Amino acid sequence: MSSSSNINYMAAIKDAVIAGAISLALFGTMIGLKIEVSNQGLDILHRWDAVGIAVAIVVTGRFLMSVFVWQTQNPVTDKIAALIPDIKIDAGSEKYVKIAVVVFAFALPFILLSIFGARGSRQYVDLGILVLTYVMLGWGLNIVVGLAGLLDLGYVAFYAVGAYSYALLAAHFDLGFWICLPLAGILAGFWGVILGFPVLRLRGDYLAIVTLAFGEIIRVVLLNWYEFTGGPDGLSRIPRPTFFGLEFTRKEGFADFFGLDYSSIHRIIYMYLLILILALITNFVTMRLRKLPVGRAWEALREDEIACRSLGINTRNTKLSAFAIGATFGGFAGSFFATRQGFISPESFTFIESAVILAIVVLGGLGSQLGVVIASIVLIGGFEFFREFEEYRMLVFGLLMVLIMIWRPRGLISGRIPSVYLKEKKTVSADLVAEGEG
Amino acid sequence: MSNWQKNPILTIEHMTMRFGGLVAVNDLSFDVGRKDITALIGPNGAGKTTVFNCITGFYKPTEGRLSMNRNSGQEYLLERMPDFEIAQKAGIARTFQNIRLFGGMTVLENLMVAQHNTLMDASLFTFGGIFGISSFKNAEKQAIENAKSWLERIDLIDRADDPAADLPYGAQRRLEIARAMCTEPEILCLDEPAAGLNPNESNQLNQLLHKIREEFGTSILLIEHDMSVVMEISDHVIVLDYGEKISDGTPDFVKNDPHVIAAYLGVEDEEIEAVEEEVKKEKSS
Repeated sequence: MSSSSNINYMAAIKDAVIAGAISLALFGTMIGLKIEVSNQGLDILHRWDAVGIAVAIVVTGRFLMSVFVWQTQNPVTDKIAALIPDIKIDAGSEKYVKIAVVVFAFALPFILLSIFGARGSRQYVDLGILVLTYVMLGWGLNIVVGLAGLLDLGYVAFYAVGAYSYALLAAHFDLGFWICLPLAGILAGFWGVILGFPVLRLRGDYLAIVTLAFGEIIRVVLLNWYEFTGGPDGLSRIPRPTFFGLEFTRKEGFADFFGLDYSSIHRIIYMYLLILILALITNFVTMRLRKLPVGRAWEALREDEIACRSLGINTRNTKLSAFAIGATFGGFAGSFFATRQGFISPESFTFIESAVILAIVVLGGLGSQLGVVIASIVLIGGFEFFREFEEYRMLVFGLLMVLIMIWRPRGLISGRIPSVYLKEKKTVSADLVAEGEG
Repeated sequence: MSNWQKNPILTIEHMTMRFGGLVAVNDLSFDVGRKDITALIGPNGAGKTTVFNCITGFYKPTEGRLSMNRNSGQEYLLERMPDFEIAQKAGIARTFQNIRLFGGMTVLENLMVAQHNTLMDASLFTFGGIFGISSFKNAEKQAIENAKSWLERIDLIDRADDPAADLPYGAQRRLEIARAMCTEPEILCLDEPAAGLNPNESNQLNQLLHKIREEFGTSILLIEHDMSVVMEISDHVIVLDYGEKISDGTPDFVKNDPHVIAAYLGVEDEEIEAVEEEVKKEKSS
């Protein structure tokens, strides 16, 4: 029996026509009529061709959906779903995958340099820096959201604190990047604790709202405290980082010292390696913390807060430590951002940034370090790659995220690797792992 | 004089817990004897779990005094302590009526989380642990050994690396008890440990509780509906009804107490009146 005989074409056509009629009624006024300002006042513009196209899309779309998805035994959507990778890293090979990724990341700028030359490779290395910045931010946020299960929608606030800390310290006290970097981290961590205190009692939606508000407060303060932060004008002439005291300048800098011909790509590659090392430190510290009692307490907190308290775990300090450490890494990333751009303004720290970082963490798979890398490459790399499509790229990526979340609700890399084992390290299936109530 | 009067580890005096207008526990006083197995029984809604939540700090009692007298002689007033300190300092651990394991973590990890405070001190509040100082490594090895010995006791050593949520129900109950014991408590509070267990499993549970008491000298306070378990293992039974204590004594005493029979089986109105009169006579005489 062939599957095509099961398809009722008449029903599909009927269905499509009904959908077409509904869309005609809707689009007829929404798309078909447009009010325009003219010499006489307002004019109504008729756009029946656009209505026709919209209705045609709905009718054919509905027809194709009924024939290929709703009425068949094996819908095409399942085939598409199978195309999205569900990467299950088994605990044994995980180590080798990580080493391979790290080696490739270090080699990447030099590979690009040899392929495209100093001038051509610049934009690709720049893109690499951008992706790595988001990898680092994703890893930082993963501590709060992925491990401790606390939904933080205002993570960009710490990124901003880090960036402004560096810019202001450098401007007022004439301090270099390497002294400001830890200071920026500490200040951001301090703000993490300040945010942590009021939200300790909140869970779920309420926590999300308060963290969102916190992110906005920081941005609004930066925007309005003109004397201190420069307001919307931002801060410029932020010093670039030095390589053991050597600046990347045309004369008497890095190139002269090593007897190389001066090229601006030196600084870009240096920046790339800098953010790569910073990101790896974030990863190393996070992985280390997971195996320490504090990291286990974070995960236990995500699983069941009440049980944690019954075991004598101080949940207040545990939550604060998660906020503080996550924020510290956000601060590091922020000061790197400031030194890379040389100019910062509140515009760089809007809510959409928080949303993108959170999307990276969720898309990658909560708690998965490798997932964050993949999601950053896909989202940030994809964003930049499709720059020509400007207004459509947000639409496309929104759609992509919806589809991935339908088919892979636990993210690209699902499963949790235990922090300690007796005989065999087995990956815990994502279905069993709690997402946290906060 | 019975053990719980001579040598109480936990003394509860005039404890009242009100939720708005509802009085869940009313002027309750009792003692828990050191190294005794004490059972708290009563019909549904009698306020047993509320008493537990007050003892373990999840609720703050509206009135009353709860004093914990540790084996070392140190005294703690539980009504003044936050919940996590009761587990950490006063040495009271508990399990839950609806099992609360860390389902996505392995069986071994569950027992490691329970040793959080010991490990946290050994890691010098993370700062030492992050650089892998040797004293932390030793402490962690010891914690794993401790967890292993508990897994052997509860017969789950072969499933140490499986997620806790994958275990069958009876095993989850045992794991929760082992996890509570890993905090090295002096009182173990069990909220309906035998609920949902088959006769075989509930027998195993009895043995485990006896083993815990003999090996560690832990006092056990438990809420239970299963009368066969209560009568078999407990030294001291307290019966609650509508938030008040209606009987307190040895299992044999409680079993034959007319108030308890009335509360459990229900009686005709005339009989209640008869019992009440009897009580009045007792009081006056």
